[in-house]
Amino acid sequence: MVLNRNAVYSAISLVLCFFSLAVIYLLLEAYFIAVLEIFIYAGAIMVLFLFVIMLLNLGREKALEHFMHLQRGLSMFLVVLFFLGIFFLLLNDTSVLHQPEGGFVAGGVYSLGEALFTKYLLPFEVASLLLLVALIGTVYLAKRKI
Amino acid sequence: MVVPLEHVIVLSLTLFSTGVLGVLFRRNAITIFMSIELMLNAVNLALVGFSRYYNSVDGQVFVFLVMTLAAAEVAVGLAIIIALYRNRQTVNIDEINLMKN
Repeated sequence: MVLNRNAVYSAISLVLCFFSLAVIYLLLEAYFIAVLEIFIYAGAIMVLFLFVIMLLNLGREKALEHFMHLQRGLSMFLVVLFFLGIFFLLLNDTSVLHQPEGGFVAGGVYSLGEALFTKYLLPFEVASLLLLVALIGTVYLAKRKI
Repeated sequence: MVVPLEHVIVLSLTLFSTGVLGVLFRRNAITIFMSIELMLNAVNLALVGFSRYYNSVDGQVFVFLVMTLAAAEVAVGLAIIIALYRNRQTVNIDEINLMKN
């Protein structure tokens, strides 16, 4: 997905990635999150992305005339460092994470809704406010000639 | 069968690194945006994995909130990209140097 220069191919690969993630959520017994992943990400967000790609009529990204070897090498090195750092931390030291006993409450609609409307009621309401702000901002940005 | 936590974390790490590389290497604003979505998904995966590991549903509530945030962010970001394209006729971030000089 990242290596491809064509934005449409990247978007299609990202949809595939979202579907695979939804299956992994199912394996982790987060059923509601799996459904939401397909609905919101693969459904709503990727349609928005594809629509914008279509609207802007994007072709292939042109190659740079100067390749920026130093920056690319440095960023690649830092990312690999980050990956290996956490990877070895995970290999060495998983004993700090001790798993509590007891059965798992599967992430169905019931348990998730109960947590969302009792313990996390305030974040839920703030999220709705955030969506409202995003809606107004989008309409403003799209309407006015900036 | 239970998926071990380590496998989930390694997959999440891989996805996150891929997203970071996409942000750093691509120059198309929309592809960079999609890489940011990939990073958000990696964090979601880690949250779900830990939620499964600790037998708690709290992590999935956070995933829910992150998805809300991602939806809002995409709407605003794509509106900004379209406004940018209208003014500059490009989405290549190398050519957008409004704040230079």
